[in-house]
Amino acid sequence: MEFVADFVDTAFGTAVDVLPIAVILVVFQVAVLRRRVPNLRRILAGFVAVLLGLTLFLIGLEQALFPIGETMARQLAAPEAAGAAATPTGTTQVDWRDYMLVYAFAAAIGFATTIAEPPLIAVALKAEEASGGAIGSWGLRLAVAVGVAVGVSLGAFRIVTGTPLSWYIIAAYAVVIVQTFGSSRSIVPLAYDSGGVTTSTVTVPVVAALGLGLAANVPGRNPLIDGFGLIAFASVFPIMSVLGYSMATSWLNRVRRARRSSEEAT
Amino acid sequence: MPAGMPAGMKGLIVALSRRLFDAVRDLAPIIVVIAFFQVVVLQQPFPNLGSVVLGLVCVVLGLTLFIQGLETGLFPLGEAIAHAFARKGSVVALLAFGFCLGFGTTIAEPALIAIAAEAADVASQAGALADDDAVREAYAFNLRMVVAVAVGTAIALGVLRILKGWPIHALIIGGYVLVTVMTAFAPDEIVGVAYDSGGVATSTITVPLVTALGVGLAAAINGRNAMVDGFGLIAFACLSPMIFVLGYGMVI
Repeated sequence: MEFVADFVDTAFGTAVDVLPIAVILVVFQVAVLRRRVPNLRRILAGFVAVLLGLTLFLIGLEQALFPIGETMARQLAAPEAAGAAATPTGTTQVDWRDYMLVYAFAAAIGFATTIAEPPLIAVALKAEEASGGAIGSWGLRLAVAVGVAVGVSLGAFRIVTGTPLSWYIIAAYAVVIVQTFGSSRSIVPLAYDSGGVTTSTVTVPVVAALGLGLAANVPGRNPLIDGFGLIAFASVFPIMSVLGYSMATSWLNRVRRARRSSEEAT
Repeated sequence: MPAGMPAGMKGLIVALSRRLFDAVRDLAPIIVVIAFFQVVVLQQPFPNLGSVVLGLVCVVLGLTLFIQGLETGLFPLGEAIAHAFARKGSVVALLAFGFCLGFGTTIAEPALIAIAAEAADVASQAGALADDDAVREAYAFNLRMVVAVAVGTAIALGVLRILKGWPIHALIIGGYVLVTVMTAFAPDEIVGVAYDSGGVATSTITVPLVTALGVGLAAAINGRNAMVDGFGLIAFACLSPMIFVLGYGMVI
């Protein structure tokens, strides 16, 4: 059975990834903390569920989504699909408008993979709990996913046009810094965190395939130099969208409150 | 917290079926996007429909189990550790734990191993490295160590920030400015690698554990707020590898 072999392989790989964490936890528990962990059996059962769940999740992705997603990313990046067949071969002149379909795919797949990203689900659940429900886990994930969609789409545009990565990233940092000073103190750390958790198990393989496929197919691009960087886009833009979402909701609340108090005054 | 004893069996089943529904909802966008582009845009049939369906069943079950395990295993564990350290009151032990957790989870990270090997190839093609396997391997290994030390330092520093209640934006913005300045001076072939190395520290198991640790610490310490002080460890872990890798590229 190929499936069983896959399962054992993936489970082994996941267990190896977890091993260092387990060793560190046990060493500090035994040597430093020396306190019994409450509900130890329940926690161990939870650990097993996480390992088993992650294994099934990865196998399923490998089996169902990654092959199609990766082939699709490459096919869409090819000039014929992008409608750039009219470009005479041998020229390095690229019209960015020929790749509209690629930007649409980049945005759609960036959004969809982010919604399914397990670390983001974890952070969103924790945020809902820590904020006492003021920040909904679903709202946060939607905001992050919109940010990734815009980021990956813009990253695809950058690869097509061949403009330097650092311009975009540094400009994005500048926007984040300005937003930080206009946002409430309690959302800023969460927004910064949400930038880092988007680029994980589900998003990276498909998005990286898109980047490499584009860099290989667009005339004048080098996969080694231009293929990198989509991940960086996918990490910065969610910070912007989460801060933007929080600024928009607090502005709306202020407008609503102002309207209500002016109604009461009349 | 309710104990998961037989009396809670019915509750467990209800909770699990809710999570199953949530998992289907979380995965629906990917399925719709891929099906749409495959059938409508590229106008191709699905290859091996049977194995795709089997795979999707695995993904849904896996996500359900993962979230269940998160709530019963990783979150409580992170919180328990945070409380134990807060009660013990040894800052040095806590910082050492933070460093080890960051270093240990990063050094073995498969994504990092792949990026380091690729970076060695790029550097060797750019002529920055001798065209020799041993040299490339040493370069890739050093790069991995640099990133792991960076993440360890980041978690330790992030934990110290929670203890002291420092505002996060000063540190993060300072880090961004440093990255921007270093980008101008670092060799070109390291920049893409440095930017991408920021994302590798955030594995699926580390993130919940580290997040629960941060929020738990902020909740256990008087005068700290879970939202203002508890989050931000992941952000540190993403930023510091960029600085360390750019620095490594400038030194070597």
